[in-house]
Amino acid sequence: MLEVNNLSISFIQYEKGLKQKTIQVISDLNIKISKGEILAIVGSSGSGKSLLAHAILGILPKNALMSGTILYDGRELTTKRQKKLRGNEIAFIPQSVNFLDPLMKVGSQVRSSVSAGEKKEKQRKIFDRYSLDSRTDSLFPFQLSGGMARRVLVASAVVGGAKLIVADEPTPGLHPEVVNETLGHLRELANQGCAILLITHDIGTALNVADSIAVFYSGITIEISPVSDFSGKGESLRHPYTKALWNALPQNDFNPIDGFQPSHIEQHSGCPFNSRCTFKSSECVSKLPLIRDVRFGKVRCYHAT
Amino acid sequence: MINTSFFKLILMKILRVLSLLMALCFISFFLVSHSPIDPVQAYVGADMTRVGAEQRDQIAKHWGLDKPPVERFLLWGKSILKGDMGTSMIYRSPVSEVIKQRFLASLALMGIAWILSGILGFIMGIIAAMMNGSWIDKIIKWYSLTLASTPTFWLGLLLLMVLSVKFGWFPIGMGVPAGVLAEEVTLANRINHIILPALTLSITGVANIALHTRQKLIDVLESDYILYARAKGESGFKLLLRHGLRNIALPAVTLQFASLSELFGGSVLAEQVFSYPGLGQATVQAGLRGDLPLLLGIVLFSALFVFSGNLIADIIYKLVDPRLKEGKSI
Amino acid sequence: MTEILTVLSKKKFINILPKLNRRHSTLLRVTFSSLILLCIIAASMLLSNDRIATNFDLKNLPPSMAHPFGTDWLGRDMFTRTIKGLSLSIYIGIIASLSSVIIALILGMGAATLGKAFDTFVTWLVDLFLGMPHLVALILIAFTVGGGAKGVIIGVACTHWTSLTRVIRAEVLQLRSAEFVQISRQMGKKPLWIAIHHILPHLVPQFFIGFVLLFPHAILHEASITFLGFGLSPHKPAIGVILSESMKYLSTGMWWLAFFPGLLLFVTVRAFDSIGENLRLLFDPHNAHE
Repeated sequence: MLEVNNLSISFIQYEKGLKQKTIQVISDLNIKISKGEILAIVGSSGSGKSLLAHAILGILPKNALMSGTILYDGRELTTKRQKKLRGNEIAFIPQSVNFLDPLMKVGSQVRSSVSAGEKKEKQRKIFDRYSLDSRTDSLFPFQLSGGMARRVLVASAVVGGAKLIVADEPTPGLHPEVVNETLGHLRELANQGCAILLITHDIGTALNVADSIAVFYSGITIEISPVSDFSGKGESLRHPYTKALWNALPQNDFNPIDGFQPSHIEQHSGCPFNSRCTFKSSECVSKLPLIRDVRFGKVRCYHAT
Repeated sequence: MINTSFFKLILMKILRVLSLLMALCFISFFLVSHSPIDPVQAYVGADMTRVGAEQRDQIAKHWGLDKPPVERFLLWGKSILKGDMGTSMIYRSPVSEVIKQRFLASLALMGIAWILSGILGFIMGIIAAMMNGSWIDKIIKWYSLTLASTPTFWLGLLLLMVLSVKFGWFPIGMGVPAGVLAEEVTLANRINHIILPALTLSITGVANIALHTRQKLIDVLESDYILYARAKGESGFKLLLRHGLRNIALPAVTLQFASLSELFGGSVLAEQVFSYPGLGQATVQAGLRGDLPLLLGIVLFSALFVFSGNLIADIIYKLVDPRLKEGKSI
Repeated sequence: MTEILTVLSKKKFINILPKLNRRHSTLLRVTFSSLILLCIIAASMLLSNDRIATNFDLKNLPPSMAHPFGTDWLGRDMFTRTIKGLSLSIYIGIIASLSSVIIALILGMGAATLGKAFDTFVTWLVDLFLGMPHLVALILIAFTVGGGAKGVIIGVACTHWTSLTRVIRAEVLQLRSAEFVQISRQMGKKPLWIAIHHILPHLVPQFFIGFVLLFPHAILHEASITFLGFGLSPHKPAIGVILSESMKYLSTGMWWLAFFPGLLLFVTVRAFDSIGENLRLLFDPHNAHE
């Protein structure tokens, strides 16, 4: 359904004083999603995950430089195709209610995603499906409760008949009930044949609903594993960072690792994780490992087995 | 949809304006009464040598200038409350009458400039923001910044030199042709005399609104909801109409209402350059010739004018913006 | 792939370098504008007063090499009058806007630190001064003081502090809740000590930019009020006086009387505006991108 190959995104930014500098936010990213599958991309906040969503939809800011290819339905997703498909076949679920026009009633905002047919009728039907009553139509975004806002945003994605849904951090700081409800909606959509790319910083959310998980570290995918590999002490996981992430969870060892994720500003030549890694060797410092297949998953590490 | 809290808010605003006006009465009276300019002297002017001390005293008595300031303030304040602002010394008619007449002339001038500059500035701002970074944007930005630095009266003088003196298209000054009786002044005459001052005010007036609208629209275009609208497939002019204008129109209208203070200041200068017989010219005359009742009256009136503009802006905002309608803060 | 990309971006980087980036051009603009102003002040000191003495042999001359801005009906050199008038405006502008900025600093800091009552009072005072059109307030104050440079300075100082006061108030409120101030307070430092060591230094850019941005307004208002007859006396070389006199000679076609002095006033104001605007951009952290 969707295939992203060697995607890199960078920006030009001013440093202190008068110098300019290029910052690579996403390097050499590879992912693949099929019909009916939920792929979660997990990475800490500010690791450039949102830009991946923007790149797929073709709404990157003008000063961003992008390289690599994106294939949708087997064909390259060109700017022209992006323009044609976004809003209907490819839909976006944003982080918060701030993504809705503050001065427009939500009913008519959702109707704008309907390309053909009886707009009002279709919108009403979808709202009914997500138990949003007719009063909701004429509410302004600031009047929505957290749960209602979630349902409006999901409805807005579904109403255009999406086949691929990109959800960028769809459950930020919400009540667990609302989180579960929203994730339930996503699962339901996947079961109906949608491909879903779920971008989140919360590995718990990802484990809850996804089929496979891609782990993001400093703008690089270091591992892609089926969700079943996240079990026990993490023996079936491939990358040392993923293992550490898994063991840091409260229900496991609750044992966080030391150190910080390097920011994008520090251009790394080797593996970005090497400073925190116990398996560090000289190759890890000199050269970034290529991504390779290991046991039904992918990993970017010299030492993974 | 409008609830009681809305009326409460408006009432509070009006009370606030009243308190400000009262303070203004006190301050301006205090200021004026401490001026070294002797109103009698200013009134008598060149006839100084022919007016004896006795006559001076009489004049002073006539205006109540012989009484101590506090008493004068109380007398003046009392009559103000009754709606009587006294008698203008130079126009020899009630201040309220002078202000009314003069203000109507100024209102035509300011009204034209206000509407023209508002619409033009808004459109320029939108064009600049849509073309952010292009040469058109740069020209509009440069033009607006440049006009913000242009002395209004100099611009007026330039227009006068080029269009009236050189080409002879417009009369040099005066609100109506000289030597013509008031009843014989035609509408065409009036229009002919109002064009240049109105043009001057409009040209400088666009700067603020254009720059503000430009910035606002750029912010809106960078906002999350525009990003989301684009992700939903909206684009181009429709996107601008649906989400852009909706979010910038209100601030622009508010700004235009809040800019009455500058408009009034501009009209004082423009009226002086073009000898347009409006309230601005009367302000200058009242100040130069020491017409205290008129000067005080105009100070109060101009403040009332500006406050009303601000109040209207507030009310429009509260009536139109759904977020404020419910009394919530954004 | 990554290697290719870094090489590519490096190449691009080298291509950009010889060109000026935005901060360079901002600095360049600031320098250029400052030079213009220095030139005006220097020229006003160098030009002799003889050139503006009455000389009927030289009256009503159009612009020429000897008299770049022409001469007036008394044979005075308009260029000298303009330059002297402008430098006078600049001096007045400096004093007036400096006073205004100091008023703003005191009221803004007071509003943010001296409790709610004072805060309400300052907000009310700001509303009061915003309520009167600047020009009307200037006329009123000039009338009270009896005209002259004093009236202009007091008038401009009293009318221009409002918006900066709001900015400083907001800034101080934000600083007060900042962590380092909180810690300092818990460590038992006195409020005055905190104000001097932690709050004032952060206000320096605001203070400076506020000053530079007020300056063009001060000059413009000085010229306006003088033009209307409330400011500097007609015997002083002032742009307002020159332009107001020129109105009598407009219909005679002596265009240079109004054109050049106004143009130079405009250039001065624009130069200061551009310095202020560019400095603000330079200090504003939101402009790091782009």
